[in-house]
Amino acid sequence: MTKSSEIRIPANEITVAKRTDASVAVVGNPNSGKSTLFNRLTGLKQRIGNYPGVTVEKHVGYLKTDDATTELVDLPGTHSLSAHSLEEHISVDVIFGRIEGTKSPDGILAVLDATNLYQGLFLVQQLVDLELPMIVALTMTDAAEKSGIQVDTAALSALLGVPVYPVIATTGTGLEMLRRAISGIKDVEPPRRIRVWPELTAAAAELAEDAHERLRFAELERLLIDGPTASNQAIVAKLSDTSKARIEEIRTALFGSEPPIARDAHVRYAWVREVLDKVQKAAPVYVSWRTRVTDFLNRPFPGTIGLFLVMAIVFQAVFAWATPIMDAIDASSSSLSASVFTALGDNAFSSLIADGVIAGVGSVVIFLPQIIILFLFIILLEDSGYLARAAYLMDRAMRSVGLSGQSIIPMISSFACAVPGIMATRVIPSRRDRIATIMAAPFMTCSARLPVYALLIAAFVPATNVGFLNLQGLVLFGLYLFGIVMGILTALLMRKTALRGPKPPFALMLPEFRRPNLQTVAIQLLGRAKVFLKRAGTVIFAVAVIVWALAYFPRSNDIDPGLDANTAAALQMEQSWLGRAGKAIEPVFEPLGWDWRVSSAVIAGFPAREVVIAVLGTVYAVGDEADEGTLSGRLKAATRPDGSKVFTLPMVIGLLIFYACCLQCAATLAIIRRETNTWRWPLFAWGYMTVIGYLGALVAFQLGSA
Amino acid sequence: MAINGSTLATLKRGQKGVIRAINAADPQVQRLMVLGLVEGTEVEHASSAIGGDPMEFRLFGCGISLRQEHARHFKVAPVAAGD
Repeated sequence: MTKSSEIRIPANEITVAKRTDASVAVVGNPNSGKSTLFNRLTGLKQRIGNYPGVTVEKHVGYLKTDDATTELVDLPGTHSLSAHSLEEHISVDVIFGRIEGTKSPDGILAVLDATNLYQGLFLVQQLVDLELPMIVALTMTDAAEKSGIQVDTAALSALLGVPVYPVIATTGTGLEMLRRAISGIKDVEPPRRIRVWPELTAAAAELAEDAHERLRFAELERLLIDGPTASNQAIVAKLSDTSKARIEEIRTALFGSEPPIARDAHVRYAWVREVLDKVQKAAPVYVSWRTRVTDFLNRPFPGTIGLFLVMAIVFQAVFAWATPIMDAIDASSSSLSASVFTALGDNAFSSLIADGVIAGVGSVVIFLPQIIILFLFIILLEDSGYLARAAYLMDRAMRSVGLSGQSIIPMISSFACAVPGIMATRVIPSRRDRIATIMAAPFMTCSARLPVYALLIAAFVPATNVGFLNLQGLVLFGLYLFGIVMGILTALLMRKTALRGPKPPFALMLPEFRRPNLQTVAIQLLGRAKVFLKRAGTVIFAVAVIVWALAYFPRSNDIDPGLDANTAAALQMEQSWLGRAGKAIEPVFEPLGWDWRVSSAVIAGFPAREVVIAVLGTVYAVGDEADEGTLSGRLKAATRPDGSKVFTLPMVIGLLIFYACCLQCAATLAIIRRETNTWRWPLFAWGYMTVIGYLGALVAFQLGSA
Repeated sequence: MAINGSTLATLKRGQKGVIRAINAADPQVQRLMVLGLVEGTEVEHASSAIGGDPMEFRLFGCGISLRQEHARHFKVAPVAAGD
């Protein structure tokens, strides 16, 4: 370290593009406000990547001041440097500089939640012992004061030997000071170790004495506590042979028969309680709205009823609020298509633009309102701390199917889209539990299934009332329920067979309710909308064009030009590639009551299930049925060559079951591959769900038609 | 105060207790200790889900939920009400 002798060059004298001056690891407990602070510090100057070989996201941001650019690495939340989950392993490995392609940090920014100093200081103490330049950001001081906690920042700073900066990330108070401190982190004197456990330090010193190279005490102490695990092998290799042989002996002398982690927790938390006595003054607590809400929801029955109420409101909002916007999108895309034909005439190019591009992409963009509303609720629930409570309330129920309450968050998210839902399984520490949840998630009714349901229900289920409930709504609810039941049965099946194993662990932090920060909510919501539109703009656009081409080519010269336009178009469709594929596969789907046109649409929907609407729109836009104005009218009028109706009630029910089960989504397959790190699970999920969907449709049609 | 076989699992809702002894053989119990459930810490049974399981405990302002099967491993000395 040569920081004292470093010559500072004024920024205006540097002409070449600057590299980052320092790399700072942002470390804190889960829910400590770490990500909010990180977003506030770096703004949009962020990169999201992956750590090599694992699925943990790497968030890197840059903090620019006049004379320095500092790289901030936002590490996954952790409670201790004794790693437990995959994400905690990553945090610890980054801190110790053990990850390829990630610089060993020059300093630590510890995020300490003022409302939860107890768990926060447990981690901060371990960070101080790293002997790296360090700064503490004390977050949520406003919330702490409201609940009657006052923190003596000066005393805390003196006890830790580290500068402490109180900040309120939501309002920006204190951020400027913190920014300046971070950019000058190399000038911060590394703190002295806090001697909470002298025996451990002495044992580490013994090992360090004859090591091949200089080792950090913190690493050696971890080695003694956690034992020579895989991630500690790098340190073990640096020890002398005599030391290596003595590791277990030293550990036995230190811990006796007590589990080292337990002893570690005892010693450090005893220190934390002492510090709390000195720095935290609890003023008289007044009852806030948070406490009232929490107290009410803490009663088992109101809590559970509240959960169902919240979910009911969310789904109601998704349907009720989105409809007018969706109608507007639908109308404008139809009129746009019509004006294309008016402007360009009826030819291959105008057909590509109107029937392929506009109709295809329009049929996808139409979900955007629903997706945004659903994500808005999920983000609000997550940021307010309610999703953790939902996991807690549902744990018992989830346990009965071999999962834990933590699976409820991915499951609920999957109602919007299985892709973010599967990504949300990262919070589940047990791999078996996680994969079982991933297998169940695609059964949840995602927003892409919704238009298929909506179309078929509107066309074939009478809008009569059952009691005070609408039959169409009831059928839709039934389909949601069906998805849930199928998902649960799948999880149960997996946990009893391929993923048999011990009960998943469960220890969940239940944060107090807090008002979500609107800026953070907006950033997340925009991110989700962007991901969806990007998908619509690329995959689904490509699929729409390919499907259009398959339906448009090859052109036939044999069609009698004397025929009327619709019949000619119907014949053209029948002998197109898509028509031929539909006919070729028709025998497979015949037992389900599908004709070649439905079969064609289903084939086209395999990469992205929402495409099926667009294809049905194309295949039924021609022929006798074209006289009907709406797509649902055309489907109702559709007949086979012998004059019988294609869309009978048993066939429609079968089709709905098929859509409820089948995994027609390339994006979901890709995300399962990414999250499980093997092709085995996505292929299995695809095969399993397709077979279930087929059999379900078969049973429904055969029983219904018998 | 005598322990009388009280554990976290036997605390009534709203009742407080100080953890006195822990059977830490189970790695999941050790995990809970890392979260702050250690000897000498005062905890309050804040709530439980339907059927009394899992249970929520508060300590120093943070809430932790755990299952009864794990709560049983923590022996506590109940603190008299109104304290």
